[in-house]
Amino acid sequence: MPQINKTPNEYQKMVKNAHPSDSKVKNFISAYVIGGLICVVGEIITNILTAQGLALNEAGPLMSVSMIFIGGLLTGIGVYDEIAQYAGAGTIVPITGFANAIVSPAMEYKQDGYILGLGAKMYSVAGPVLTYGMLSAFIVGIIKLIFI
Amino acid sequence: MNKVVGNQTIKFERKPKIISSAAIVGPKEGEGPLGEYFDKALQDSYYQEQTWEKAERKMTQENIDLLLQKANLSPDKIDYLIGGDLLNQTVTSNFAARKFAVPYFGIYGACSTMVEGMILGAILIDGGYGYRTINFTSSHYQGAERQYRTPNEYGDKYPSYKQWTATGTGATLLAKDGQGPVVTEATVGKVIDLGVKDPKDMGSAMAPAAADTILQHLNDTGRTPQDYDLIVTGDLGEVGSKLLKELLAEKNINLQDCHDDCGKILYNSDQDVGAGGSGCACAAVVTAAYLLPYLNNGEFKRIFVVATGALLSPLTSLQGESIPSIAHGIVIENESPNNAIGNFSYEE
Repeated sequence: MPQINKTPNEYQKMVKNAHPSDSKVKNFISAYVIGGLICVVGEIITNILTAQGLALNEAGPLMSVSMIFIGGLLTGIGVYDEIAQYAGAGTIVPITGFANAIVSPAMEYKQDGYILGLGAKMYSVAGPVLTYGMLSAFIVGIIKLIFI
Repeated sequence: MNKVVGNQTIKFERKPKIISSAAIVGPKEGEGPLGEYFDKALQDSYYQEQTWEKAERKMTQENIDLLLQKANLSPDKIDYLIGGDLLNQTVTSNFAARKFAVPYFGIYGACSTMVEGMILGAILIDGGYGYRTINFTSSHYQGAERQYRTPNEYGDKYPSYKQWTATGTGATLLAKDGQGPVVTEATVGKVIDLGVKDPKDMGSAMAPAAADTILQHLNDTGRTPQDYDLIVTGDLGEVGSKLLKELLAEKNINLQDCHDDCGKILYNSDQDVGAGGSGCACAAVVTAAYLLPYLNNGEFKRIFVVATGALLSPLTSLQGESIPSIAHGIVIENESPNNAIGNFSYEE
């Protein structure tokens, strides 16, 4: 006979009370500040590129590539996940977060081999974004074809 | 003599002795408050190997060698090896055991493996099926993270109630004869599931199992928590420990002064480990390197170690199942303290 005769519902209430209360306001602010800082870096890169005489539509993609490089580099030297502990969504949402989602499994699964390790599992985190990104694009494309 | 006490507790007539114990830990654990007690702390988590899994295996083998060396015994004097770990198909233990020509039992009790192994070893010795058994277990932070969660460098924010899988390996050597603390009783746990589904919230999932085993043990033996110098849970962490105390308080059992948790004492509060340590190594290294020597020198007379395990897999979490948990308890006593402080004597 069990000694603890609680229902899962009763226990869920206890668990909820026992959790430390993380301040949502603090999370919002740090995500806003650090996410904003990443965008500022992007703006600076764009401004430097346009000042060098590049058109805005050429500077944009170059800036994205630079940000992906920075995200990958910070992941490679093991810093990105540390920043993420403070930033939360602030480091996941920008394009640097996507770079982190590709580079981190690549690093991790390299030890399982280059084909079935790195090659296959590189998209284990970002895979859903690609899959549903493509699906959404397909649906939007169909809608455009029919209605517009 | 009937060796069963009450419903779930067994009493060991021959009182197997713990004649040796050894623990190796990772870098973070080495920097924690118990750092100086461990036999060795690794400098980096790869331990000069290509993969974390190989590092865990190397550390486990080395720790068993160290255990034998401390007891001044060769492997052929050991009747059984009993081991388990967190990696799929318990590969660390199975692969580590191939180095030793000793009959082997592979077990799995998640983070309760250390105590599960000690109970089985004590049963074998008490039953007269062997003279000496080694039980060992291990876990590795990076290895466990990538199996159970996301890649290590992936930037997701850990909630503050999540626990940190300890890197380390612990082993004890139980023998029919010899010097050391003795195993007197054990309470084998039941699998309990109160519907916690969040795989990051192991402490909450395991607390009911720990409460159940402790209550059952106290009922079976007719003791109170105050009859123990320490009731120490394996890896409930801050959240799980709080829940355990609340669950027991509802049954009029007050643990306040005599409870501690291996997951809470393994790290400093500034080490960013969330709610505390977890993993097979958590209960194992604290028991092997800290609790047993203190029993041996007489600081503790009788302790109750309750190692807790969350019996989930990444697959069951993805499929939306809740987390079944278990807690195994073992009573270790010191019958004749040898007062060499911090110095574990293993002479036969």
